[in-house]
Amino acid sequence: MAQLKTTRILAFWLVLCGFFVWDWTHSNPVNLRLESSIFALGSGQAPSGGHCASFGK
Amino acid sequence: MLKQRSGLLLALIVFTLFLLWFVSIRQSLLFVVGIGLGLVLAGMRFGFTTGWRHLIEQRDASGAYAQLLLLAIAAAISLPLLAAYPGELSAALGPPGVSLLVGAVVFGAAMQIADGCGSGTLYKAGLGIPLNMAILPMFALGSFLGSAHLGWWLDLGAMQPVSLLDSAGLTGALILTFAGLAAIAGLCYWWSKGSTVQRPVFSKGLMIGAVLLAILAVLNLVIAGQPWGIVYSFGLWGAKIAQATHLFDPSVNAFWSQPSNATALQQSIFLDVTSITSLGILAGALLIFAGKKDDRQAKLNTTQWIVGIIAGFLLGYSSRLAFGCNVGAMVSGISTGSLHGWIWVALAFIGSLAGVRIRKYYRY
Repeated sequence: MAQLKTTRILAFWLVLCGFFVWDWTHSNPVNLRLESSIFALGSGQAPSGGHCASFGK
Repeated sequence: MLKQRSGLLLALIVFTLFLLWFVSIRQSLLFVVGIGLGLVLAGMRFGFTTGWRHLIEQRDASGAYAQLLLLAIAAAISLPLLAAYPGELSAALGPPGVSLLVGAVVFGAAMQIADGCGSGTLYKAGLGIPLNMAILPMFALGSFLGSAHLGWWLDLGAMQPVSLLDSAGLTGALILTFAGLAAIAGLCYWWSKGSTVQRPVFSKGLMIGAVLLAILAVLNLVIAGQPWGIVYSFGLWGAKIAQATHLFDPSVNAFWSQPSNATALQQSIFLDVTSITSLGILAGALLIFAGKKDDRQAKLNTTQWIVGIIAGFLLGYSSRLAFGCNVGAMVSGISTGSLHGWIWVALAFIGSLAGVRIRKYYRY
């Protein structure tokens, strides 16, 4: 039973990691020169990420 | 077991360093915050869904009180921060309208059937619970379709988002928020007076969990500049897959053609705030699983599987219509002064009243 559960979790993470690797290789490369500051608070920049409560910016 | 946990911890450290070096320091910190959220949610079994179900079925308000404490602490810190740094921090402001009304009711029902909201599905999938693991991809599919149809739903009628901070100022927003939370606490007290459950009214574990979750939610706001959210990440994952299959053109879609969403589609998922904290929650829950003895779960029959998976799809679709789940709309909405968070709670609770009945009917 425990072994079955471990196998199930392993399969789940393999699929998930596979998706993330695929995405990493197919997305635009990360431009480290445009890296955001460590904390948004005090950065002087408006947040630009997507959020469930917003339609988009 | 210790060996498993050490190996996993090492893998998480390596991944955090990868994010720090190849993506950004901010994203690596957010991943750590996500792990913390996962550890608390899974370790303390802090379930929004279960808390509501116990309140409805057993008149046990201990889970609801813990959620109210989480909201109160998060609001007490977040609202002054948002008032002091309006250009750097943003609130979770969703527009009240037809989509919110429909989405919140359906989400409230579906979360009871699927036994997990956004955070619940994540941490239970991380703990290896089969139904929640199967639900996750359906949740993503539903979130994607919900976001793709969101423009149509908004055309049915919606008003501009209402911010308590903008409408009533900081003091007014704090007073309104605490008055609302106190009113709900009063209703919970009245309802739970007839309870026959032999559990303490204030569960120590849940209360500690609430305080820790509130601190982590505020950390998310301070680091990312936006409140904790979950379902945006699921929709983004679904949209990326749909785009790759060439079945979906985001440039002609009302939601995915918005500049911030179109950018998110082009760049790595590791740059998306909600994705990185969601991944952290999964990883935190996995750490709890690695240190746990096997606990037996009831086997589901075919009907229960089918109903559960349909509920998972509906969770995703309705959470986009409702502009968030228990986290994005309720925790983040209420703690950052959004009217839509309050409307969401009332309607999702009505949905949950139906959901617990459906759950009973299918003998979960």
